Amino acid sequence: MPKDHGIGASIKRREDVRFLTGAGNYTDDINIRGQAYVYFLRSDVAHGKLNKVDTTAASAMPGVVRIFTGADFAGVGGLPCGWQVTDRHGQPMKEPGHPVLAQGKVRHVGDPIAAIVADTLEQARDAAEAIELDIEELPAVVDMKAAVKDGSALVHDDIGSNLCYDWGFVEENKAAVDEAIKNAAHVTTLELVNNRLVANPMEPRVCVGDYSRATDDYTLYTTSQNPHVIRLLMGAFVLGIPEHKLRVVAPDVGGGFGTKIFHYAEEAFCTFAAKACNRPVKWTASRSEAFMSDAHGRDHVTKIELALDKDNNFTAIRTETYANMGAYLSTFAPSVPTWLHGTLMAGNYRTPVIYVNVKAVFTNTVPVDAYRGAGRPEATFQIERVIDQAARELGVDPIALRRQNFIKPDQFPYQTPVAVAYDTGNYDATMDRLIEMADIAGFAKRRKASEAKGKLRGLGVNCYIEACGIAPSNLVGQLGARAGLYESATVRVNATGGIVVMTGSHSHGQGHETAFPQVIAEMLGIDESMVEVVHGDTSKAPMGMGTYGSRSLAVGGSAMVRATEKILRKAKKIAAHLMEASEGDIEVKDGRFHVAGTDKSVAWGDVTLAAYVPHNYPLEDIEPGLEETAFYDPSNFTYPAGAYACEVELDPETGKVTIERFAAADDFGNVVNPMIVEGQVHGGIAQGVGQALLEGAVYDANGQLLTGSYMDYAMPRATDVPFYQVDHSCATPCTHNPLGVKGCGEAGAIGSPPAVVNAVLDALNSGGIKVAHIDMPVSPSRVWSAIQKAKA
Amino acid sequence: MQLSDSREIAAPRDVVWAALLSPEVLKECVPGCTEMSGSADEGFEATVVQKVGPVKATFKGAVTLSDRVEGEGLTLSGEGKGGAAGFAKGGAKVWLEDIEGGTKLIYDVEANVGGKLAQLGSRIIDGFAKKMADEFFTRFQETVEGPQEAVDGEETADGEKKKGWLKRVFAG
Repeated sequence: MPKDHGIGASIKRREDVRFLTGAGNYTDDINIRGQAYVYFLRSDVAHGKLNKVDTTAASAMPGVVRIFTGADFAGVGGLPCGWQVTDRHGQPMKEPGHPVLAQGKVRHVGDPIAAIVADTLEQARDAAEAIELDIEELPAVVDMKAAVKDGSALVHDDIGSNLCYDWGFVEENKAAVDEAIKNAAHVTTLELVNNRLVANPMEPRVCVGDYSRATDDYTLYTTSQNPHVIRLLMGAFVLGIPEHKLRVVAPDVGGGFGTKIFHYAEEAFCTFAAKACNRPVKWTASRSEAFMSDAHGRDHVTKIELALDKDNNFTAIRTETYANMGAYLSTFAPSVPTWLHGTLMAGNYRTPVIYVNVKAVFTNTVPVDAYRGAGRPEATFQIERVIDQAARELGVDPIALRRQNFIKPDQFPYQTPVAVAYDTGNYDATMDRLIEMADIAGFAKRRKASEAKGKLRGLGVNCYIEACGIAPSNLVGQLGARAGLYESATVRVNATGGIVVMTGSHSHGQGHETAFPQVIAEMLGIDESMVEVVHGDTSKAPMGMGTYGSRSLAVGGSAMVRATEKILRKAKKIAAHLMEASEGDIEVKDGRFHVAGTDKSVAWGDVTLAAYVPHNYPLEDIEPGLEETAFYDPSNFTYPAGAYACEVELDPETGKVTIERFAAADDFGNVVNPMIVEGQVHGGIAQGVGQALLEGAVYDANGQLLTGSYMDYAMPRATDVPFYQVDHSCATPCTHNPLGVKGCGEAGAIGSPPAVVNAVLDALNSGGIKVAHIDMPVSPSRVWSAIQKAKA
Repeated sequence: MQLSDSREIAAPRDVVWAALLSPEVLKECVPGCTEMSGSADEGFEATVVQKVGPVKATFKGAVTLSDRVEGEGLTLSGEGKGGAAGFAKGGAKVWLEDIEGGTKLIYDVEANVGGKLAQLGSRIIDGFAKKMADEFFTRFQETVEGPQEAVDGEETADGEKKKGWLKRVFAG
């Protein structure tokens, strides 16, 4: 019988009550007496010299409080980058300035030029139209390969090039990789584009800055996945406000998908302006603004070569990738195509040598940073596409080729040639489970049925691995991170036994408020309803590195476990004292403390009350109260992995692809709430299917964003995604965190794009249409064009 | 976006050429043009009201003539700023050839939009630009040639009898 509480129970999400009844408290719901509104005047050219920003007439417009331009921010820092990558030659990456408001130049459509603070948003908007601008348009840098050629216009004149860094990994292996490719029996080569995506959380970004003249305290309410990180970056690097004078609150947040990790100019502006105007200042992004100011994702152009020996064993992988940084370095941008991508190029396979080259390029486009999966979908897509193509070229079964090269269960821990060491896994088990779930045995029959209707049917199978539970601080420090990546938790037990957990792991769709109490309930033998989770407020949780990289349960949950262990140790001391027993004899069961081997026990509430009313209490040994804090820094990444299968039907007349079946066999290690995990995988696959079939941000040659609304940027709808089969029974628990969990938030988005594209190519080739690759989004027009080209 | 096309105009080359340099003709021919001032030598100032997909805006901008080779060809370039709607800019390279019974006007048009227009209207901008160019050169042809006999006397919206530009200029 499935569990109905504690770890492993599919408890319904308690937060959904407020979300589904319109009772959530989002940043835009926060309105402070006397607040003014800001409207950002943004560049409508991609690249230009700011000759004049004259606000004289606009400042006299009704309701205008004050208009700010780049000059007002000359005395504050620029937006910092949180990760420094070192290039192939040992040199630090190029790190150009990132002003809050444009200074001297505009560098992408959407770059903020001026900020108009007024009594109402409408007045601010009207005044923006009265600002006189003289922008001398410069040639836009859009194409990455052209951007790094001599003679290209420069996004940042002061760094003399559009190349941010030229990274080689592992540089020492380059010669061995070149040699292995030269000597290979077969080499499969593919050139791939990993399409640029817009994250599109349902809630656009919002911030409200507030300042108290009485206390000199600042408060920023913002749509963030990590309010403590914003406090650190904005306080220390931009505005010079110490942590104790700056509170950052991220209340309910309607989805992040990575794009709400980063510190944005609008946050710094609202905080700064609240003091400058002596009024709270609020900004709510319109959807159009979101398209041109939220950091985008992916945007890699890659050439990958896979070498095999005569027995079809993988002998080497070599890649060359151009990674778009956009116009400025967003907070974690440099880490995505490097340490979150190059280190995953071994995939689930025993490839002995690998060399990854990444050229990060500045262009006149919106900055690009982490988006669900961040680097790992790009790695997975390359590996799994090239293996599929190799199988086709060699005439072997793609599943058999993968299996032959899998890291085997008895080879863990497995040191890859790309730095990371996988602690545990069983890729044969997830593949076996997938074959069963996806009914691969019945595929031939289903293909016949499709063909009888004049359609083509394809099956795409792939594996994935990701590095999650980000991350060991000492390791990421060596790799260039400018922050630690631990997490903290405070477990506060109140006098009557109720518990408040204050965690640095923000929840914006992940269900922490439900899953975290399940862990504590399991540990203490109490009911989940006695545990409340508080997050998203720097004045409440001790510290927090936030929610991304599928890290909340693995890192934040582990911190909470460590704090709860401390609670248990102290509570046992109190219980032992109350029952005049030895501390070593105390056992916890069903919410009571028992003396082993006797019928003596005290309830949880007796112990917690004694801690706060310490009349009969070992005051000479321990302090009153029952509250503990722990910081947890993981010793390794976690490595969720799995196997995915997608079955598509393709209309050869129109090129239209429909997904008929989708199965996902994931190994997430231990699972706390299977229902939430399943939901996370569903959402991830929907985003992966979106990338594979529909989504793509497109710039024209002048750097204009052509896909700036939902008319042109296609998001997946309910009819675009199938009913999924999801399974996570093949669990190999993580060996180094106390819960044995690996993380599930990004898996669906990482594992699904290659499955979809592999299926489309299988369908085409099954119909005798020889196509090696189609770039995402695999739209009907691209499929149709590929068909016509193959026929010609 | 770019497009190329040509028109055969039943008027002598010097008349077509003169029309190309006339603000009055340009005002008549630029779709949605509500104001046009200036001269061929100094450049024109124009106000154009247009709706591109969901975005309707008043564009104020300048039109300049360059690469002028008397009687042969020229380049018209214009840029209009539509405030919050963004901007539109474009150019037309126009040249003339003699043909039997008149003049052949050949043009290469390039149009670009920016800001909200590009964000919201890009999907329809090619069609829009083609329509604008077609309309411009159709009107230009009509204006220079004067209306066909069959439609002569057709009333325009403001009730004024449509007259060929030639007639108005030379007949008053």
